Amino acid sequence: MTAAVFFGCAFIAFGPAFSLFIFTIAKDPLRVIILIAGAFFWLVSLLLSSLVWFIATKATNAQDLTLQKNLLIFGSIFSVILQEVFRFGYYRLLRKANEGLAAISEEDGPPLSVREMAYVAGLGFGIMSGAFSMINTLSDSLGPGTVGMFGDSQYYFITSALMTLALTMLHTFWGVVFFEGCERKRWWVIAVVLCVHLMVFSLSLLNPFYVGSILPVYAIMLLMAVWAFFSSGGSLHNITLLWTCRKSNAETSS
Amino acid sequence: VTEAPVPTQNQHPEPGNGQAPPQRTPQVVESEEDEDEELTLKYGAKHVIMLFVPVTLCMVVVVATIKSVSFYTQNDGQRLIYTPFPEDTDTIGQRALNSVLNATIMISVIIVMTMVLVLLYKYRCYRVIQGWLFLSSLLLLFFFSFIYLKEVFKTYNVAMDWITLAVIVWNFGVVGMICIHWKGPLRLQQAYLIMISALMALVFIKYLPEWTAWLILAVISVYDLLAVLCPKGPLRILVETAQERNEPIFPALIYSSTMVWLVNMADTGLGHRPMTRKNSTEAPITQVESQSLALGPAPLSPPEDDGGFTPNWMGHQEHQLGPLQSTDETRREIQQLPSARPPVMDDDDEERGVKLGLGDFIFYSMLVGKASAAASGDWNTTLASFVAILIGLCLTLLLLAIFKKALPALPISIFFGLVFYFATDNLVRPFMDQLALHQFYI
Repeated sequence: MTAAVFFGCAFIAFGPAFSLFIFTIAKDPLRVIILIAGAFFWLVSLLLSSLVWFIATKATNAQDLTLQKNLLIFGSIFSVILQEVFRFGYYRLLRKANEGLAAISEEDGPPLSVREMAYVAGLGFGIMSGAFSMINTLSDSLGPGTVGMFGDSQYYFITSALMTLALTMLHTFWGVVFFEGCERKRWWVIAVVLCVHLMVFSLSLLNPFYVGSILPVYAIMLLMAVWAFFSSGGSLHNITLLWTCRKSNAETSS
Repeated sequence: VTEAPVPTQNQHPEPGNGQAPPQRTPQVVESEEDEDEELTLKYGAKHVIMLFVPVTLCMVVVVATIKSVSFYTQNDGQRLIYTPFPEDTDTIGQRALNSVLNATIMISVIIVMTMVLVLLYKYRCYRVIQGWLFLSSLLLLFFFSFIYLKEVFKTYNVAMDWITLAVIVWNFGVVGMICIHWKGPLRLQQAYLIMISALMALVFIKYLPEWTAWLILAVISVYDLLAVLCPKGPLRILVETAQERNEPIFPALIYSSTMVWLVNMADTGLGHRPMTRKNSTEAPITQVESQSLALGPAPLSPPEDDGGFTPNWMGHQEHQLGPLQSTDETRREIQQLPSARPPVMDDDDEERGVKLGLGDFIFYSMLVGKASAAASGDWNTTLASFVAILIGLCLTLLLLAIFKKALPALPISIFFGLVFYFATDNLVRPFMDQLALHQFYI
């Protein structure tokens, strides 16, 4: 498999996340730390869920393939639930830490708003999730091989890259929406995020029927993007200002 | 020698020879201390990043080398003399026993060498220590980097003649020796320290057999914990003696995020001016005291080291500017009034540096390198160990900000790193492989 496939898939999967990191996170040390801690939390949730899956597989017959596949699905559902639990746990930790930092900081108020933390935490989850899904595949794509030799799909790499991108962005949007929901004590938001996450996972079960999995996942991603935009304080007014390149009223009047 | 000494901005410089500081009201002192505490925590995140970047760079170099140059993962059958027992034995029990024996030997060697170092330092045998450090960095910078270059050229099939190679290695080595042991631009010194840590980690990865390596990592973090925190621990004695004498610990063993070689700029009464600091030209006296180090004669440089400020140059300067009127007293007064400093924000930030021992770099990189070498070609394991070590480092620095004294940097990071390595290799890897096979995305 060629270098073109490697670079193309790498840029598709990690390009937006990497640019978001460079342009919004790299300059602020506190954001970098929250990003890495978010990645760590996702990792811990994955560890615990793979422990559960591992025990389940070792306790059952390894030859029965349908059973193993069902166990895999069960393990993944458990992992999704655990990821959301850990997202909530991370929210609580960040709120506590933020209060502590606000108390001792010389400026009024905390150094990072909850919305910033929500975005950074979501991106942390997304980057780690994307990295764990894609890096091994990318590394294999540099080596020799034939894609789809045994009748599998020819489009394995590109669809993996596209799904990884969608998952990364979705985690970011879920982070924003989730934290905002927790802030406003709207607990139904948590349930909705969990359901959407499960829905995305279920859609990925349709692979290799890519039309059925990738298109709906991207549609969901766009919907989540819109929801996250409005939930973090955006409005149509902001967008029109952006497009017409006019300064806001406050600035023109001063 | 592994420690993470306290950021020194909270140590107000004590007069080196018993002269009383100028009188200040107690309230001013207290509010300054409060302010200092806030500033410590405020700048805490910046310190963490100042250490994340070099640690990450070192790990990236090691992982890149391991993945591309096969020399460091080949088993040539050679072993270090410190680990004489082989690990390719017939039974698992024998292998376990051998690795335990290897680890014991290695740890005893490290303990003995640390004790010798502490004794030498305590009895002021600075020449011996300097010679020892000089020889070891000579070995690293010339011999090991020559081997490294050779293997890289072999891997990429680059034809290189001996003359060019000799010139490259000679220049690399000499500039490295100058930067590490004498003076040099900060970034270059940091780069060299990172490179020698990476080289050392690669040597360990190649020559330590697998179970021995993991055991050594575990045992050395326990040792680090004991050596730094126990009252009679050798590293604690070392750090306390250095602080008592107001001397820095040998620059060749510590990575510092700010200027370290300023220690040579002692105020020996000749009005030495520190050399250019990031091309800034502020008043020379004010920046020297950030490390609270230079208030006595600098012990690690010979007394006749005038830092290049020969009497000729001094005479010339005095001729041009008139005699310098600062004395020890006036300098100390100015040093102890932080408000008198010109408010230059980024130099202020840079001064409040944090230090990490090179041993920490070496063992972190060794863990991640071993993870990438041994984990059946899996990148997830490497990534997981990397994140775990960074989080451990973050927690260590948080504890440092709270407790404000020298802390061992190895235990938390290595513990997390080991837990995540074994868990990811055995539990997460099969799970993620299955998911990738079916293209399920969680």
